[in-house]
Amino acid sequence: MGSSSPGREGIGRPGEGARASARPRRVPAYRRSAEFRWTHDAERCARCKRCVQQCGFKALSWEDGPVVDPDKCVGCHRCETFCPQEAIAVVPNVQHYRPHPLWGQAHRQNVYLQAETGGVLLTGMGNDLPYPILWDHLLLDACQVTNPSIDPLREPMELRSYLGRIPDKVEVKMKDGRPEPATEMGPVLQVETPIIFAAMSYGSISLNAQKAIAMAAAECGTLWNTGEGGLHEELKPYADRAFVQCASGRFGVHADYLNAGAAIEIKIGQGAKPGIGGHLPGEKVSAAVSETRMIPVGSDALSPAPQHDIYSIEDLKQLIFALKEATNYEKPVSVKIAAVHNVAAIASGIVRAGADMVYLDGFRGGTGAAPTIIRDHLGIPIEIAIAVVDQQLREEGIRNRASIVAAGGIRSSADAAKAIALGADAVAVGTAALLALGCTLCQKCYTGKCSWGITTQDPRLTRRLDPYVGSKRVANLVRGWSAELEEILGAMGVNAVESLRGSRERLRAVGLDKTTLEILGVKPAGVGA
Amino acid sequence: MRIDARELHYRELNRQIREAVAGGETRFELANVNGQRYIGDGIQGEKVQIDIEGVPGNDLGAFMDGPTVRVRGNAQDAVANTMNAGRIVVEGRAGDVLGYGMRGGELFVRGKVGYRVGIHMKAYRGRMPVVVAGGTAGDFLGEYMAGGMLVVLGLERQDGEPLIGDWCGTGMHGGVIYVRGEVDPRLVASKFASMGPAEEKDREDMRPHVEAFCETFSLDVEEALAGAFVRMAAISHRPYGAKYAV
Amino acid sequence: MSDSGFDRDRRSVSGCGLSGMMSLTGERVTGEAIRDSIAILHERSNGLGGGFAAYGMYPHRKDQFALHIMYYGAEAQGQAEAVLGEAFDVLHDERIPTRPNPGVVDPPDLMRYFVLPPAGKLEESGMSAEDYVLARVMRVNSEIPDAFVFSSGKNMGAFKAVGYAEDIADFFRLEEYEAYIWIAHGRFPTNTPGWWAGAHPFTLLDWAVVHNGEISSYGINKRYLEMFGYQCTMRTDTEVMAYLLDLLIRRHGLPVEVACDVLAAPFWEQIERMPEEKQRLYTMLRQVYGSALVNGPFAIIFARDGEMVGVNDRIKLRPLVAARKDKWLYISSEEAGIRGMCPEPDLVWAPRAGQPVIGRLGSDVVVGEPGVGETAGMGQEVPSG
Repeated sequence: MGSSSPGREGIGRPGEGARASARPRRVPAYRRSAEFRWTHDAERCARCKRCVQQCGFKALSWEDGPVVDPDKCVGCHRCETFCPQEAIAVVPNVQHYRPHPLWGQAHRQNVYLQAETGGVLLTGMGNDLPYPILWDHLLLDACQVTNPSIDPLREPMELRSYLGRIPDKVEVKMKDGRPEPATEMGPVLQVETPIIFAAMSYGSISLNAQKAIAMAAAECGTLWNTGEGGLHEELKPYADRAFVQCASGRFGVHADYLNAGAAIEIKIGQGAKPGIGGHLPGEKVSAAVSETRMIPVGSDALSPAPQHDIYSIEDLKQLIFALKEATNYEKPVSVKIAAVHNVAAIASGIVRAGADMVYLDGFRGGTGAAPTIIRDHLGIPIEIAIAVVDQQLREEGIRNRASIVAAGGIRSSADAAKAIALGADAVAVGTAALLALGCTLCQKCYTGKCSWGITTQDPRLTRRLDPYVGSKRVANLVRGWSAELEEILGAMGVNAVESLRGSRERLRAVGLDKTTLEILGVKPAGVGA
Repeated sequence: MRIDARELHYRELNRQIREAVAGGETRFELANVNGQRYIGDGIQGEKVQIDIEGVPGNDLGAFMDGPTVRVRGNAQDAVANTMNAGRIVVEGRAGDVLGYGMRGGELFVRGKVGYRVGIHMKAYRGRMPVVVAGGTAGDFLGEYMAGGMLVVLGLERQDGEPLIGDWCGTGMHGGVIYVRGEVDPRLVASKFASMGPAEEKDREDMRPHVEAFCETFSLDVEEALAGAFVRMAAISHRPYGAKYAV
Repeated sequence: MSDSGFDRDRRSVSGCGLSGMMSLTGERVTGEAIRDSIAILHERSNGLGGGFAAYGMYPHRKDQFALHIMYYGAEAQGQAEAVLGEAFDVLHDERIPTRPNPGVVDPPDLMRYFVLPPAGKLEESGMSAEDYVLARVMRVNSEIPDAFVFSSGKNMGAFKAVGYAEDIADFFRLEEYEAYIWIAHGRFPTNTPGWWAGAHPFTLLDWAVVHNGEISSYGINKRYLEMFGYQCTMRTDTEVMAYLLDLLIRRHGLPVEVACDVLAAPFWEQIERMPEEKQRLYTMLRQVYGSALVNGPFAIIFARDGEMVGVNDRIKLRPLVAARKDKWLYISSEEAGIRGMCPEPDLVWAPRAGQPVIGRLGSDVVVGEPGVGETAGMGQEVPSG
């Protein structure tokens, strides 16, 4: 294994400390441990060079055989997957630092990197620290004897859900002896499964990736989300299944855009980076991105940390109604926030400000790029956020006024079922959809070099992702999870998802402390009805 | 043997029947039956005949293997539950979940039948269970059906009354259902069962059973067979094959 | 079990037998017929609870609220009577007459009070008389551990105990009362033995509900009701059913038929087959009342002044049979139960899943009777053919 040679020049130069607040100066690295060991069986190799071509990170070159630059290998397994001879294996590198219980390898690597660069650590995808995963402490109920389970294979099973503001009651008037509703229903979104797609902008992901998800949403009768990147011309046919997002950068936001979508989402925050904005570097603002975002080619696309017309809750109300006015009150408005400590009160304020949906993004939610420290240490678990928001809205008697969409680490239909039982109307999935498109969670989305053509704008890479094939894979995932949700409902003896929604009685906890149980509103396993 | 079942608990009633059968008795007349469960339950012997006056309780003829039971009135739920052989005749209407897991023999109901009739009926080694309903049927007719024959004749049907209910043939993976008259395709679980007109061969298959039914109730066979029938049959014997991620 | 006579720590789950009978003309009969009916359904219960409700039974005090209260101990009685004395004009009080029955053991003290809210206090409260009474009943039931009001309507009364229903009828001497509606319940609980208060019927003012089946959606139904201020303290599924009916019919003003279609909502594919206007109503009902959908197996009979209703769940996982004879309507879990009250009915039918059967005083038309035609609120529409 090679590595860059340790350099010593520049270290400890006098006067360096005085410049600590100025732009950090990169100094050559000591030897850092490569994260992955790239191995290659020369006897099996057909010398086709495909591995070199496939690597988006330019970690491989050809010198009478593939040669790796281990510092560049991110472990995305693209080369391994596409090697026709199965000659390649990418495995985690064995830690060769002295083991230490406090100073794990990642901490040391980060310190070395920051000593080298003086920069803020950057990462992609969701939090990868081993915080407790509450989903894995919750178990679902099933019927035995006293009520029958229902076989979802044969009996009708309903996952159809509605998102948006629902009146508290139906007033019925009799006309010619028949009941008729006297209540008017505002705009609501119908989804055939309570699984929707999380916001991922064109820019953060490729157009092909976004198109695959949009097509899958249309195929499955569910919803996708433009993210803060505007609506590309090619995706307009799928706009009627889209949330069009209005975030702090206001990219691509104009009246036609707002009216094109099924619903509008105001993005306040993101689970992976609560309180943090973002930017798409100018070099990624290609002609197509420029057109979609409605900014000049090559200019940085800056998303400020806050929305600068919202410094308080009443300002949120102002924006919600500005959007409703612009769309003639025909589109439900969602407000997306990161799950933070005071999430229940914040969500209540959002609902009272007129939002029709509250989108909660837990601290494990994904991102295209976020400071590692922010991603890994801010926010609260989505499980807790759903529980406290649902309970708060119920206690205030305003639960019907807005739907709760939960996101941030939904890994399976079981997580979705547990989220729904805690009180979510629907879950949103981002990472799982990207995994369906080939993502291997290398967490290097922010580099724009994604070998799988997902989080890149490099045409050489994006063309690897066939949106039609991709849409089938993503739709299959939704179908598989939906069928599993039906199995779960059937085992619980209910045939409509609304009978699970908020039914915490169907959850039991293992290994959680009393306070957490109270917050979740869930009984420990062993306590019966 | 005649038994007055008034005020008689089912355990006593059925004990008397079982002991008499063991002693060689073959003919039973049960009077004033109302709600006693499990009559004929597990009784074996083709010569045994049980005549019931009144409304027998649930699980009439459960696990029965050979006898003939005639109900001179209505029957309740779960008649012919897991029945192996024999014949049950109901002169009135009958309730839900008739012929659950029935493996052989016949169930003839003169009137209407309820929900989930013929659920998971199956055929095995030359045995073929048959249920004929003279009236109409409720939802989930032939649910999970794996074999045998269900016939709904729809005689004496009220105006606008549907012949069958929703989700007919859901989970069906064997056997055949015949319904006399037209059926709205939306009532048939199209994922599992296909519907088409009954052909001449179908009428031949059905005829002996409808004849026996009509003979039992002194009805005109030609009238009962008049008009077109539709036929529902399983699309696949393995409808769940494609469901799993394997 | 708690120390109190009433175990409120666990939710009771029960299977059961139900029967109900109603004279559409208001003709009153004794409790013998309903007793015979529920006795036939003996196998559906296990001796751990049974009860009855009767309507039109106190004609001489028909405008007064009749409170039936059970007490474990004089202290509870003293506390409860203090509440009643302060809140009401108590016009009459008496022991509820009983006779010893070997099948009914360890009875609490059973008292009956006829009361009216004093005009001044009622006005001061700004409530309707019904809500005023309800609030006091709830107060006794939640604050006095060993007292329980198990009936509080006008000209009606509930009787319930631990035991088999037919023994309970004998214990309460139901042959001495006459009523035009009788509903009955034989219980098969899977826990909470020995809990008199947990037996059915469950009552709320003049509402009485008997119920068969375990509600698989209990968790969300309960949380939904809590949003509207109902506290499900009894931890029985039946309580949830009663509160849902109260919310939908009394507070939201839905017609009974429509309320039944909320509890046993039609499926989306059935809604899609409805005519447009009806589709709009039923879509809205499911959107608004999704949390009130009672999922899992149930059959209920409920009654209030002048009305008796039977309905079962959306896929008919619990049995229900109805019958007519002259001006009487009968409903039961089994036809045998019907023949226990009415040996020769004119017409017997099995209602479709979720299709309510409704008898109304003074109307010869029973909603849900075959041949009556489509009725208002009938959600389970089936295309002809």
